[in-house]
Amino acid sequence: MRALFAGLPPRALVVLVIVAALLLGAPLMVDAYVLSVLILCLYFAYTGQAWNIMMGFAGQLSLGHSLYVGLGAYAAAALFVHFSVNPWLGALAAIAICTAAGLVIGFLAFRFGIAGVYFAILTIAFSEFTRIGFDHWTWLGGSGGFFLPVKERGVTDLATLRGPPVMFYYAILALTVGALALSRLLLASRLGYYWRAIREDEEAAQALGIDTFRYKMIAVGLSAAMTSLAGVFFAFYYNNLFPEQIFSMGRSIEIILGPIIGGLGTLAGPIVGAFVLTPLADGITEIMQLLGIDTPGVKQVFYGVCLLLVVVFLPHGIWPAIARRLGFAPH
Amino acid sequence: MPLPLDLVANVVVAGLLAGLVYGLAALGLSVIFGVVRVVNFAHGEMMTAAMYLAIVLVGLTGLDPLVAAVPVGAILFVFGYALQRGLINPFVTRPEHTQFMLLVAIAIILVNVQLMVFGPNARNVQVDYALDSFEIGPLIVDKVRVYAAAAAVLAAASLFAFFRRTLVGKSIRACADNYLGAQVVGLNVKRLYALTFGIGAACVGAAGCMLLLLVDVTPVQGPAYTLLAFIIVIVGGMGSLTGALAAGVIIGMSEALAGLLIAPSAKSMVTFAILILVLLFRPQGLLGRAG
Repeated sequence: MRALFAGLPPRALVVLVIVAALLLGAPLMVDAYVLSVLILCLYFAYTGQAWNIMMGFAGQLSLGHSLYVGLGAYAAAALFVHFSVNPWLGALAAIAICTAAGLVIGFLAFRFGIAGVYFAILTIAFSEFTRIGFDHWTWLGGSGGFFLPVKERGVTDLATLRGPPVMFYYAILALTVGALALSRLLLASRLGYYWRAIREDEEAAQALGIDTFRYKMIAVGLSAAMTSLAGVFFAFYYNNLFPEQIFSMGRSIEIILGPIIGGLGTLAGPIVGAFVLTPLADGITEIMQLLGIDTPGVKQVFYGVCLLLVVVFLPHGIWPAIARRLGFAPH
Repeated sequence: MPLPLDLVANVVVAGLLAGLVYGLAALGLSVIFGVVRVVNFAHGEMMTAAMYLAIVLVGLTGLDPLVAAVPVGAILFVFGYALQRGLINPFVTRPEHTQFMLLVAIAIILVNVQLMVFGPNARNVQVDYALDSFEIGPLIVDKVRVYAAAAAVLAAASLFAFFRRTLVGKSIRACADNYLGAQVVGLNVKRLYALTFGIGAACVGAAGCMLLLLVDVTPVQGPAYTLLAFIIVIVGGMGSLTGALAAGVIIGMSEALAGLLIAPSAKSMVTFAILILVLLFRPQGLLGRAG
């Protein structure tokens, strides 16, 4: 506990407490629509946090994180539907499968010295390959989709993860807080320093005697395991899975937009990014509806332009700029 | 059930011819990466944009799409030149993920502007020789494929000649070989980079016009074409021009064969499998230089 908050300036603690209180009390204050947006924000904050461990900390660019979301989602959902396995056990299976998948990809890539753009494209290839595979896997519904039985949403049944959106809100909030705490502890640990050494200069890290292969593997495995839980959440929250959507490269890009826009390698970056981008996308939809514009693509063009502006004018992301203004110690 | 041999041969030839067009598109990506060292993640989106341009141009003037490849290529050249000069150039020395985000933003804008202007439905062009074919012994080859492939080879050959014979082409290669050295001898690297990006864009633009003879176009196909171009470039070897063409042919044929032997919807799975194998066992690509 102490390690978690050590070194934070007092005003950062105050902000943290206020944000925590707001998030905890949010379901009491907002309507169903805003709650669904908040859930989506937290979902991307969590997946962004998981991705940030691999890219932000250890410097390994993955563009295929939808692979772990999809595998985790399908694993838990298939066990639940076909074998009535409790989703909590299913989550363990999802973690095991995704960790294994991450380690296999990591082993193949790092063993053969694949890095940078090539590594990124390898991760795309694996997730696209899996997407097409699932498109043809009829036991899991193929391209027609895989559905979980939808029961009454009024009753909260935590054991089988069936319940109202509020339950899912607190579930994803807990995951996000957990991921943030874990990231903070990791950054302060020996492992975290090794990762950053690898990120900054892998050869130099190796020369200092760091087993770079091993620590890169830990980063991939951990990131995949964390992402798999987002998949389990996705499956039980939305109750429908389509390979075309869940494994798509677009989803992978959505996952990485938050941390990059928020501030790569920072603790708050993935959360700030998700809470800026998700409402932005939703807000644009709202405004378009108000203006009566329903041409497809208008919203995404605006989204693309915003992205472009951030990339061009805030190359280190939003959070470092805010943190400096607020007088927090730059990370 | 053994497949009739002439059917397989027909499919392989069709795949080979389409592969040459893929190869030209990938050549554009390879040129940009080989010189500017920026991965153009908006490559496929630029290709669909070119395909729509061609449809408009053909509709207005009645030109053959293969002839339209010249003006469309020119427009794409200007677009690529301006893009590199105005937006991408400051990013050349920044980390890969920042370049990636920039180009993803450009790609998102390109796809959705196309969606706004042309709608989500598939479009194509009609040529009067669309259903004709050449018969060579047991082979029946579509005329459109032969013409498209011939145009792709012609375009690729002129590109090779440009890089080998002209002073500008040689200066661009000098930039690719040694950035600092090129600056020391007084080459205007910024301008040459913009030229290179323009040439890469022109390649993919021309390839789009040729591909229009073979397939329909929808805005959302852009990312798939980007991936396809990547795979071809990696399989052939980043920066290797002959490699891109050869890999285009390999991917074209494997796609066609997988469509015949497994299922048309599974053909890109074979493509990704080839990519994974090449990345693992020959990461420099089939014709790339090691190291």
